Amino acid sequence: MTQATNWTPVCALTDIAPNTGVCALVNGQQVALFRLADSEAVYAIGNYDPAGKANVLSRGLIADLDGVLSVASPLYKQHYCLKSGNCQEDETLSVPTYEVRLNEGQIEVAA
Amino acid sequence: MSKQRVVVVGNGMVGHKYIETLLESDLRDQFEITTFSEEPRVAYDRVHLSSYFENGDADSLALTTLAFYQDNGVKVHLGDKVVGIDLEAKQLTSEKGETIGYDKLVLATGSYPFVPPIEGNDRDNCFVYRTIEDLEAMTAAAKDAKVGVVVGGGLLGLEAAKAVKDMGLQAHVVEFAPRLMAVQVDEGGGALLQSKIEELGVGVHTSKATSKIVAGEDCLHRMEFADGEHLETDMILFSAGIRPQDELARSSGLTVGPRGGIEINNQCLTSDPDVYAIGECALWNNRIFGLVAPGYQMAKIAAGHLVEEIAQSGELHSFTGADMSTKLKLMGVDVASIGDAHGTTPGANVYTYFDQPSQVYKKIVVDDKNEKLLGAVLIGDAEDYGTLLQYMLNGIHLPEFPDTLILPQRGDDTQTGLGVAALPETAQICSCHDVSKGDIRAAMDAGCCSVGDVKTETKAATGCGGCAALLTNLVNHELEERGVEVNHDLCEHFPYTRQEIYHLVRVGNIKSFAELLEKHGTGHGCEICKPAVGSIMASCWNEYVLKDEHIGLQDTNDIYLGNMQKDGTYSIVPRVAGGEITADKLIVLGEVAKEYGLYTKITGGQRIDLFGAQLHELPLIWKQLVDAGFETGHAYGKSLRTVKSCVGSTWCRYGVDDSVGLAIEVEDRYKGLRSPHKIKFAVSGCTRECAEAQCKDVGIIATENGWNMYVCGNGGMKPRHADLFATDLDKATLIKYIDRFLMFYIRTADRLQRTSVWFDNLEGGMDYLKDVIINDSLGLGEELEAEMASNIDTYQCEWATTLEDPEKLKRFSHFINSDATDSEVVFVEERGQIRPANETEKSELIAKAS
Ligand code: SRM
Ligand SMILES: Cc1cc2nc3c(=O)[nH]c(=O)nc-3n(C[C@H](O)[C@H](O)[C@H](O)COP(=O)(O)OP(=O)(O)OC[C@H]3O[C@@H](n4cnc5c(N)ncnc54)[C@H](O)[C@@H]3O)c2cc1C
Ligand code: SF4
Ligand code: FES
Repeated sequence: MTQATNWTPVCALTDIAPNTGVCALVNGQQVALFRLADSEAVYAIGNYDPAGKANVLSRGLIADLDGVLSVASPLYKQHYCLKSGNCQEDETLSVPTYEVRLNEGQIEVAA
Repeated sequence: MSKQRVVVVGNGMVGHKYIETLLESDLRDQFEITTFSEEPRVAYDRVHLSSYFENGDADSLALTTLAFYQDNGVKVHLGDKVVGIDLEAKQLTSEKGETIGYDKLVLATGSYPFVPPIEGNDRDNCFVYRTIEDLEAMTAAAKDAKVGVVVGGGLLGLEAAKAVKDMGLQAHVVEFAPRLMAVQVDEGGGALLQSKIEELGVGVHTSKATSKIVAGEDCLHRMEFADGEHLETDMILFSAGIRPQDELARSSGLTVGPRGGIEINNQCLTSDPDVYAIGECALWNNRIFGLVAPGYQMAKIAAGHLVEEIAQSGELHSFTGADMSTKLKLMGVDVASIGDAHGTTPGANVYTYFDQPSQVYKKIVVDDKNEKLLGAVLIGDAEDYGTLLQYMLNGIHLPEFPDTLILPQRGDDTQTGLGVAALPETAQICSCHDVSKGDIRAAMDAGCCSVGDVKTETKAATGCGGCAALLTNLVNHELEERGVEVNHDLCEHFPYTRQEIYHLVRVGNIKSFAELLEKHGTGHGCEICKPAVGSIMASCWNEYVLKDEHIGLQDTNDIYLGNMQKDGTYSIVPRVAGGEITADKLIVLGEVAKEYGLYTKITGGQRIDLFGAQLHELPLIWKQLVDAGFETGHAYGKSLRTVKSCVGSTWCRYGVDDSVGLAIEVEDRYKGLRSPHKIKFAVSGCTRECAEAQCKDVGIIATENGWNMYVCGNGGMKPRHADLFATDLDKATLIKYIDRFLMFYIRTADRLQRTSVWFDNLEGGMDYLKDVIINDSLGLGEELEAEMASNIDTYQCEWATTLEDPEKLKRFSHFINSDATDSEVVFVEERGQIRPANETEKSELIAKAS
């Protein structure tokens, strides 16, 4: 990788309650960020739910299905994998995923 | 071979069953089926005819549809009576002038109600009880009537009397014999039945012969009796027995019995080898069978015979008679009669048990050697019906002391009930659909693994329902036998049922999901276990649901204390306890809606819903509402929703108590209570029931003497009528029962199980529930009340709490890092209010803007 990644700081890790998500606006895109309980693991995927057709994924429940972490859409409960963005119920659907890192307690997203 | 023309005369329950059976056979294409019905509609469920009074909906009784027949190539002539058969020419003629030929003719003409030859029996408003049209006519007449009399105190007469009473009339039953249900029950049972029915407010007049019906003074008619007394009434319903409808057969020359009925042999063939007769019109071995189950058997045998004849399989099934045992609920009273109920078999011995305080009468008739059961009568408590019937039908050897079968089981008495394991393979479990134990086992071998599956596959328990308890026992027993461990685990993260988790939480004093997961679970949890555990914790400890350790457990709606709409916006539903609201508060709602441009609607729960609020607007709106004295309505929670009320005695001229006052009181008492699913109440001020309490989880109806409590009703996807739980309660007792009932439900229900479904799965049913709640049989009463008290003490308005916590408020914005709003939320106007734009509207609006 030669190209420098364009990191945008969005919020502090502690701005996200453990086991929940928030939505950030990064370069005009809606990014859903999820924080696992008491860990520093943060995931970033698109906020738009292609099944429910609304910007709501950040408000879904985090679910661990057979070890795969996903978010259950708050609208109709489709699961989107937090790592791949793939929809478990409908393989024709997926959401974008974004790189995310912690920098001195601040979350930064590449989008 | 050309198609066999099969004509079925009469499209009643049995005629339809016959056609259905032919259509199910492999040779269905060989038949060209035609059916005639004198009635204006296709077959319907006559057995449940009375339910027409409950819902006024004839369609819900339908057993089939015209479309079904058409799709299957069956020709249907509705409202056309067959008036003649030419057996020689093999053709028939109908009232409307149709003449058609047949190869095989099936008479399923049923029976007609017998109207005693009393002078004046043809006066206006004299009815019989057989068809939907009869019921429609009765309903119309009842509008201007005050009193209704049923002539005949048999099974049907009592059912009709209930209908008369339910129509709001003063009801009477006039019976010629010295007791009610003389055919099925004995003297002792008859007397108890009479007193129970009188208690319900129905006048019972036995040993009364009506001599004539003349014009009345206060009412339309006066019935004069042979003993010189009389009774005035506006409406008369004859229910004095049925007679086989054999007129057509008689006039065409088929052999009929001396007292009526078309004679048939074991294959249901009449005296003409191409004519069958089945159902209530048929006379087999000098017997008429006035029940649907034997009729269905005949239908299957007659259809089977025809198929066999064509397939030439040589198999021959025979009708061998049918058991006429019955179990039913008459005006809420359980009544059952089995076999030789009167003990007329020579040498028979009788045991009776009579519990006057509880109004229970049980009698068994056994043979001279005390080995076999011959018959039984049960009044007031018919739970033993299934077991006793199996003893009789299968000749199962009685226990040493047969009376133990009807004596109440107390404390450490050994169990005497018949285990389903003892039943032979041939034991008939469901008589309506002739399903044996063997059939059920076969269905389970083929993959059915729940009562529901077995019902669908075999039809068992889908007729009168009398065999449901036995079926459930059998299926459960078989599942155990097969070592099938039905997996009731909540999800992959917790190997426990909801009920077990509830206990683990309560007993272990567990206060967070993380702790529970560490002690009893694995993984990170999912959208099944998280909300379930969140709900359990809330039921047990009632902490603020958005507390840090709970927030990640909350589902779609709870996590933002609002109901998410299709476009990601929210609705706002403030509590309006009992539906009572002041003008000032209405104005506040209007003002807030106007300020934020929200869509407003009156809900089905008697309150006002404001739609279209975006995440960042929720706290602003709620601030104004809380300041104006509103609280959250928990429309988002699996918790108490609304307590609907009718206006009650304060204003209504019929009200007997203050339903609004009580509704507000109970809504305030239970608001915020988290539960396995939502809970709804309603309180009505009198029996007219304008608050529709009988379709709620808890329904309360005022009576002259207190409050009647109903439980486990449900509207929604699968409506369930609530059951009467206790009557004429004072308020303190009512509240005590509700406290216990709700906490018991919260403890034991499955996740997302409404009280209705919970109850339908509750072993022991209503008796058990009453025992637990009213008699405190588990000794849990005080504990349940204390748990409820703690919930009430710790109530908080979640919105008021949230508004005071700046940290929590941070979450109420669409973006964590920007004040911008969601550009995908677009409204358009409709009927003067907003609504979410659809896809096309959205793209047009967005194109225009850019
Ligand atoms: C708003 C309202 C419709 C209306 O405009 O009148 C409504 C709206 C919803 N109902 Fe309802 N129900 C509303 C009265 C009812 C009623 C009538 C009543 O309560 O008297 C019933 C039938 C009675 C009953 O529950 O037994 C009813 C039976 C349901 C059901 C089916 C429940 C069942 O047991 O079958 C669901 C689905 C569920 O809960 O799983 C449901 C679910 C919903 C949901 C939550 C669907 C959803 O997940 O979004 C809707 C939320 C809308 C919102 O944002 O507020 N709603 N819903 C009513 C709100 C009443 C209130 O003031 O709180
Ligand atoms: C209120 C009520 C409650 C009942 N409760 C129970 C119960 O709990 N359990 C139970 O087992 N049974 C019960 N029964 C009895 C049960 O309904 C009957 O046993 C069953 O309906 C008989 O079916 P069938 O097809 O023989 O007769 P029906 O259902 O009466 O059908 C006969 C049909 O043939 C039509 N017909 C007659 N002659 C002609 C003609 N010449 N041309 C064209 N059409 C003709 C009639 O109009 C009718 O539609 C009840 C009956 C009533 C009325
Ligand atoms: S009936 Fe269906 S669409 Fe209508 S409010 Fe209830 S859940 Fe929504
Ligand atoms: S016996 Fe009537 S449904 Fe089974």
